[in-house]
Amino acid sequence: MAPMIAYILHKNGVIDDTALELKSAAEMLEPEAVPVAVVMGSKKDVEGVCQEAARSFATVWKIENEALSYPNAEVIRPLLSRILPKGSIVLMPHEHFSMDLAPGLSICQEAAYLPDAVGFEAREGQSLRAVREEFNGMVRTHVACDLTQGAVITLRPGAFTPNERKDKSGQIIDKTPEAFQEGAPTLQRRFIELVEAEAGDVDITKSEVLVSVGRGIEEQENLEIIHELGKVMGADVSCSRPIVDAKWMEKSRQVGTSGKTVKPKVYLALGISGSFQHLGGIKGSPFMVAVNKNPKAPIFHVADVGVVADILDFVPKLSEKIGEAVK
Amino acid sequence: MEILVCIKRVPDTSENEITVNKEGTDIEREDLVYSVNEWDNYAVEEAIRIRDKVGGTVTVVSLGSEETEEVIRREMAMGADKGIHLMDPALEGSDGRGIAVALKAEVKKGGYDLVLTGAQADDGAGQVGGMLAAMLQRPFAALVNHIEVTGADTLRIGREIAGGNQEFSEIRLPCVLSIQTGINEPRYVGIRGIRKVASVEIPIHGISDIAVPAETVGKTGARVKRIDYFTPQLGKGAEILEGSDEEIIDKLIEILKSKGRIK
Ligand SMILES: Cc1cc2nc3c(=O)[nH]c(=O)nc-3n(C[C@H](O)[C@H](O)[C@H](O)COP(=O)(O)OP(=O)(O)OC[C@H]3O[C@@H](n4cnc5c(N)ncnc54)[C@H](O)[C@@H]3O)c2cc1C
Repeated sequence: MAPMIAYILHKNGVIDDTALELKSAAEMLEPEAVPVAVVMGSKKDVEGVCQEAARSFATVWKIENEALSYPNAEVIRPLLSRILPKGSIVLMPHEHFSMDLAPGLSICQEAAYLPDAVGFEAREGQSLRAVREEFNGMVRTHVACDLTQGAVITLRPGAFTPNERKDKSGQIIDKTPEAFQEGAPTLQRRFIELVEAEAGDVDITKSEVLVSVGRGIEEQENLEIIHELGKVMGADVSCSRPIVDAKWMEKSRQVGTSGKTVKPKVYLALGISGSFQHLGGIKGSPFMVAVNKNPKAPIFHVADVGVVADILDFVPKLSEKIGEAVK
Repeated sequence: MEILVCIKRVPDTSENEITVNKEGTDIEREDLVYSVNEWDNYAVEEAIRIRDKVGGTVTVVSLGSEETEEVIRREMAMGADKGIHLMDPALEGSDGRGIAVALKAEVKKGGYDLVLTGAQADDGAGQVGGMLAAMLQRPFAALVNHIEVTGADTLRIGREIAGGNQEFSEIRLPCVLSIQTGINEPRYVGIRGIRKVASVEIPIHGISDIAVPAETVGKTGARVKRIDYFTPQLGKGAEILEGSDEEIIDKLIEILKSKGRIK
């Protein structure tokens, strides 16, 4: 049986919620396996995280060193490949850190790489049948991943139901000596500093109603109709990433995993396709209205109410009617 | 600086509705509009800007069928100096690893200081850059949204991380970076630009030109294989409002009123 490894993310000494998703995914893959949680970090951070992980995992590997106080994938990858048995199946959440770490790790381990899995369907011997998304969620695929030489698998956050049972009192094993027996890895990429995103003129994380616009707006000049709708509704205006990439709006108005996490009561998604990175920034299940000209847009899977229409046409009419209604 | 940018020709999702074909073997490819992967276009722009500052050349490489040539040409019209087209029947059906194997051979052949890829493409995998770096044993950074040349063999780079925060590092050359959208504003390429490079020769490299064994790439080398495509059926889905625009707007206003969002 291949060793099952869950790479645990943590921040400021707090374990990431995805740890429990990794656990249930590991159990789906190999019901008999005893997955090992791997926790790396500085002394000050790892202790608490290991304790917490040990409530869910029977075995926790701890690797602590000041070189790990900031998670630098270029340091962590060589350390991991020193301690992970060949043929391991390594699970981690698909996000900014794993996109940095995981593809290269699969090469170091001579293992298969299965990125951003949204589900596991079946396992036949050494072949895993998994589900992925392509084209921003417009279509899905079944893929067969060959586990013969092990695999590195990243999981879409939120796609696997977390296993909330915390009935273990797992054993914490210090793997630091093994990881560092050849010394610290040579540093080719040195972390300098973290720069926090700038605050903008409005704080959309506090807004109760958001009128949010995406690439469907087509031209910068057209944004006017969105601001007008925001005005008549007394709502703040936010957006998806392409609008910020095009420098049409401030970064502080971007909703999503690389933008703000918002928790409004009502969210209007106008010309937004509904990628998981965008939806990842919307919390608290707001009442969602989506307007999109493509009836198959993934946003309609998650919205409460949908309108299939051209926003350039529909939004001005809506503003006008609301304007009359509130008068 | 000698820079290689790896690019991919993909269906343009802002121009097309992507649907699954009848047999579920692929997406419906008829009438699709293709373009260069959005992330790659930012990478090429960044390479051109670096070259214009410190000198050197920008080469774009793409692996794919005959039509791939059009995106290589487009990026040359943008300002890349050279193009390379990797094409071989043995490469068909490659997974991310197979593509990285072929690119690695190309990097070895050309001896580049800096290799850029897009952070991800149409399949959302985001794998080729990181794999390529590991195969070359060069340092890597994913989701790079800032690059400054700070020395003969060092760059100061910014990586985008959660919440839009930025992580700055110093990285040694030669290295591989995957580029995130928004790093710059890619220049516009007009018909005239494309015409200018219309007759520039783009060499085609097969696996024998780059000494890649056939069994390491293509279907045989792949560890992750697509079985089929399907349309996701998720949750209960939205209640789609029907009727004329007037009727829809009236219903929508009623709903928003009931949510207390309009008086
Ligand atoms: C690491 C990483 C982090 C990311 N972080 C974020 C993030 O924080 N936030 C974010 O939003 N994205 C993020 N993205 C990008 C994300 O993957 C998508 O590319 C992005 O969300 C797409 O934005 P969109 O829906 O506006 O555009 P598209 O996906 O292009 O969708 C446009 C939609 O508009 C519709 N449309 C077009 N014209 C009209 C019209 N006239 N009327 C009505 N509808 C129309 C189309 O049918 C389509 O559904 C991230 C990506 C990566 C790789």
